[in-house]
Amino acid sequence: MIDVSKSLSGELVTCFGEKIIVSESVSGMVTILVPVGQWVETAQALRDDPRFAFNQLSDLCGVDFLGFGQVEWETTSATREGFSRGVEGMGPGRFDWKNRPESSAAEQRFCVVVHLLSTTHNMRLRMKTFAADEGLPIVPSLVEVWNSANWYERETFDLFGIIFEGHPDLRRILTDYGFTGHPFRKDFPLIGNVTVRYDEDKGRVVYEPVEIEPRVLVPRVIRVDSRYKADDLDRAADEAANSSVSGT
Amino acid sequence: MSEIRNYTMNFGPQHPSAHGVLRLVLELDGETVVRADPHIGLLHRGTEKLIESKPFNQSIGYMDRLDYMSMMCSEHAYVRAIEQLLGIEPPKRAQYIRTMFDEITRIGNHMLWIGSSGIDLGAMTVFLYAFREREMTLDMYEAVSGARMHANYYRPGGVYRDLPDTMPTYKETPWTKGRKLKERNEWRQGTLLDFIEAFARDFPSKVDEYETLLTDNRIWKQRTVGIGVLSPERALQLGCTGPMLRGSGVEWDLRKKQPYAMYHEIDFDIPVGINGDCYDRYLVRVEEMRQSARIILQCVEWLRANPGHVMLKNFKVIPPTREEMKDDMEALIHHFKLFTEGYSVPRGETYAAVEAPKGEFGCYLVSDGANKPFRAHLRAPGFVHLSAMDEMVKGHMLGDVVALMGTMDIVFGEVDR
Repeated sequence: MIDVSKSLSGELVTCFGEKIIVSESVSGMVTILVPVGQWVETAQALRDDPRFAFNQLSDLCGVDFLGFGQVEWETTSATREGFSRGVEGMGPGRFDWKNRPESSAAEQRFCVVVHLLSTTHNMRLRMKTFAADEGLPIVPSLVEVWNSANWYERETFDLFGIIFEGHPDLRRILTDYGFTGHPFRKDFPLIGNVTVRYDEDKGRVVYEPVEIEPRVLVPRVIRVDSRYKADDLDRAADEAANSSVSGT
Repeated sequence: MSEIRNYTMNFGPQHPSAHGVLRLVLELDGETVVRADPHIGLLHRGTEKLIESKPFNQSIGYMDRLDYMSMMCSEHAYVRAIEQLLGIEPPKRAQYIRTMFDEITRIGNHMLWIGSSGIDLGAMTVFLYAFREREMTLDMYEAVSGARMHANYYRPGGVYRDLPDTMPTYKETPWTKGRKLKERNEWRQGTLLDFIEAFARDFPSKVDEYETLLTDNRIWKQRTVGIGVLSPERALQLGCTGPMLRGSGVEWDLRKKQPYAMYHEIDFDIPVGINGDCYDRYLVRVEEMRQSARIILQCVEWLRANPGHVMLKNFKVIPPTREEMKDDMEALIHHFKLFTEGYSVPRGETYAAVEAPKGEFGCYLVSDGANKPFRAHLRAPGFVHLSAMDEMVKGHMLGDVVALMGTMDIVFGEVDR
């Protein structure tokens, strides 16, 4: 790809100034963090301004930042007994429906990520926003700006429970008719909550609680590798801290 | 006079031309479709959530099961996303093998497409011809990975193993013997590359055969010309990619515009349509098959001339070979750690897209530094195309719904994920 990221981030800063936060991600794609109040306005400008001309929305998805950076197995500090032997914590996939963690309204929990494509300038842009209220996350809808957002927003509503204000037809899309819960939230069990089978006696399909045990074999660990220089990690941590402060 | 009301009809999910498990709720005014409401998700397996619970490498197999007609292309997007996060670059030979197999996949996908669309619209014969050649692309998959469809062949840092030196041959059976057996095994005497070359040289003549059956076929043209017209502006606005976008005359192909693997060193053309109807999209796909054969031949030539590694030598990500493990303690430790825990990927996020046969297949990965992805989102072309169904089908006849579903090239593995 032609390296337009430098000029693009410059243009973005001149156009939007203080309103958005521009950063460069690992793969060189420019990422902007937009306050939820300016979501549609920014999108409109990105589409119509000839300097950007992002005429296609390639992808829209939600991210649930609950438990970001948490591990299930301590590997850094050794105690007198050596490393911890057992897997600790309630990482995703280690609980069932009954014992699921209290749905927490952690700050900066629900994020909507959009990938834009400009076929005119041959460049891509990642645009993110955090929903303001974590208990009832609401983000304005982009369907009017890019029609392809329609089903993506339905999917994100279905899987994360993020409500898109102004969406013409916000129904569930991927899960079963009459499904409860939002399965891609981190506090939703990996094994699910109900199972479906055909009951011979009743002559119809019945729903029952799942019987299988949660079974995730490999613990989630974070290893700080010598290959990635320490200052790189510090910078990443700073960025994460910055973005969480200024997101609202 | 009694009031005439619209009629609501259910189509699928068990319907021979629903291409899987699509349920369409159609509102009809006579035989004209007023509104189409696709109900999807009957094949939803929560792939993205499953990926979050497994180390990075263990999810490559899920990619084959997304778009189960273009397996290696989906693998390619996922593997590229991991490589971008890790900051590694596979050896050139591996890149060429990937390029070649992406194109073999494209041919296999388009042949299934041409066959099944033909059946949908009443042309039975082309299916039989297309599957004759499709079988060979599956044989190539099997020779290189051991599996006919779910290859699980690409790895971060390269491909699982080098191309084999022999090609399996057909054994004699009461039905296949003598001259017939010899004919069938004629291309299979040498290496896999010999077989692929023979196939790619012969393939354009086979495409001519399909074209004889369809391109000037009166019924085929009546069913496709002027059906489902998309203007370039609407196609972009609705998120169309791949042949759906090129059929409308937009020259946009990631292999040319944002080249990955070895496409920047390869000479090929991008076909585009003019009218944006089903017939133009058919022509685009047919030409793409010819171009794929051209790309494959260039890859074969390079791969013949340049033997070498197909995997990086990086024990932190790529497992050592069996032989190395036998006499090197460190190799053994690396092997153990990689297969019990996997590798940790630095914190960050990335989006990697490839030009899959159906359109842009993208993978958005978020890593928090752990050995498992924090979030993976897969941008499936079929999902976006199907969302344009309502707009495209409006005003068409009930029978054209099938033509439109064919032209979108929908596979439910990727739509529902």
